[in-house]
Amino acid sequence: MTTPLLSVRGLHKYFGDKHAVRGLDFELEPGICLGLLGPNGAGKTTTIEMLEGIKKPSRGELRYRGVPLVGRALAGYKARTGIQFQATALMDFLRVREVLELFSSFYARPASAASLIQLCDLGEFVDQYANKVSGGQRQRLLLAVALAGEPEILFLDEPTTGLDPQARRHFWRLLERIKGRGTTVVLNTHHMEEAELLCDELLILDHGEMVARGAPAALLRAHFDRQQVLLERVPELRIDPVLATPLATERGAAFATDRPAAFIGELAAGGADIDGLQVRSPNLEDLFLKLTGHGLRD
Amino acid sequence: MHPIFALVVARNKEFYRDRAALVWSICFPLLLILGFSLAFARPEPAVFQLGLVDEAAPAALPEYVATVDYVDRERALARLRHHELDLLLDGGAGRLYYNALSPASLALLDLLDGGDPLGLETQAVTGEAVRYADWVIPGVVGMNLMFGALFGVGFVIVRYRKNGVLRRLAASPISPLVFLTSQMLSRFIIVMAVNSAILISCTLLLGLRMEGSWLSLLLTLGVGSLTMICVGLVVASRIASEELANGLLDTLSLLMMFFSELWFSLDSAPRWMQWLSELLPLTHMVRALRAIMVEGAGLADIWSSLAALGLFAVFSLALAARLFRWEADG
Repeated sequence: MTTPLLSVRGLHKYFGDKHAVRGLDFELEPGICLGLLGPNGAGKTTTIEMLEGIKKPSRGELRYRGVPLVGRALAGYKARTGIQFQATALMDFLRVREVLELFSSFYARPASAASLIQLCDLGEFVDQYANKVSGGQRQRLLLAVALAGEPEILFLDEPTTGLDPQARRHFWRLLERIKGRGTTVVLNTHHMEEAELLCDELLILDHGEMVARGAPAALLRAHFDRQQVLLERVPELRIDPVLATPLATERGAAFATDRPAAFIGELAAGGADIDGLQVRSPNLEDLFLKLTGHGLRD
Repeated sequence: MHPIFALVVARNKEFYRDRAALVWSICFPLLLILGFSLAFARPEPAVFQLGLVDEAAPAALPEYVATVDYVDRERALARLRHHELDLLLDGGAGRLYYNALSPASLALLDLLDGGDPLGLETQAVTGEAVRYADWVIPGVVGMNLMFGALFGVGFVIVRYRKNGVLRRLAASPISPLVFLTSQMLSRFIIVMAVNSAILISCTLLLGLRMEGSWLSLLLTLGVGSLTMICVGLVVASRIASEELANGLLDTLSLLMMFFSELWFSLDSAPRWMQWLSELLPLTHMVRALRAIMVEGAGLADIWSSLAALGLFAVFSLALAARLFRWEADG
């Protein structure tokens, strides 16, 4: 059995009266991408900042390769981790290449500027001022800065929030590339597609508590054994509750069923309007709704 | 490259690539100096100035004579030599000093002797007139250096804290010591380069009085810059609001602008104001700069000013190191 990179025991954080993180226990195995998924205010940022060693836990223990992260161990830990914050400014009037060279100088065994430029696709704007590049370019530069020390663990806090879909997909491709090199990644997100695509393991957080944990596919299998059938209009016929059960939905009608073909046959036979009918598998959004009673975007 | 030098280079690039700020930081003091040397080429005092030292209490004086009390006889004599005082009455020795090279001093002596003789022994001192420009320009350079150091360090670090640059740096394995040293060094290089260039070029071009050695002048500028930078570090040690930083820095610099004898001598000011002025580092820097330029003082004469600056620097640096936090919420 491998030693986990990080082990977390009974992690709590209070801000005054506010109990932001309420007792987390988990391990981070090397080489995986761990996602912290939850809506805004779920305690994701507080949790990732405690894992980064930036915020001190109010209670609980963090171990890096079995060694408690306090004092001198914490200083050494900083050299082995790379962090991309939610919002960071860079120095004014420094070019992209100069920013990389500056941050590389802080590490004993840094990545070369050339390799970072290639890895994060910075080539086309490497001579521009860092605070003048576009949103997507900026996130890629901050990713490169986080990778300047060849980190063992890469922490990303909502890296694609606010990006347009194209820039977001570009960023995901880079993350696939970085995962492919064996870097362990911890990713905060409230974007379900991002979590489903990139994460090997998910911690689903709500109000500072872990409500579920596991691989995305396994989580969905464990909580949903039925497909969803979506209709644009509510059918005006009696539906056998054994065959399909109605689901709450904002528009049209939705049913859960384990035999979609038979159910659709019934609908067609009963004369229901089946134009625009869709069959889909439940996703993480549905899982979150089922577990917490509210949506990821609420 | 060592992280300290990498940070110094980065900060210096930020400084000289910001063209608008760069031009302003050089033009502003030059304009001030030019303005002063033109406007005050020949000061015309409205009345005669009579200095009093050692509880001298002259009898009735004509209306056109103003009196100024001094504690320090040497300082008063220097004023007389520079034609800033016309006569000096020493109550202890019962002696009246005049400046044999100053027409105003000789005229006042005549006027007083002719009307109501003070009946005192007179003694002559000699000295060339010091133009107001000669006297004020060390003050203008001191002020410029103060602004450059206080705001350059104080404001920039607060901005870095506010916009997350410090947070980004804190997440990398560099220590506050490395970061603060780099900021001090970078600002030191900038402030020294700008102000020595201004001072030297103005002195040579405008033919200002320069009695002392350039080396002691540079040393004084260096010690003064470090002191002001350390004071800036204290202001920047914790706060994350640019408005608050601006307010604090403005208060500090205004206090020093008015009470450090930049524009006018505090000789005739109330005693408490003179004491307050001793508590401001700029007073000591400007005093040393003037002593070197106007009186040709050597290191032996200005060591007390340099020591005072050194004390300010050490105290501020210790305080800043103790207070410093990367982030506002600690």
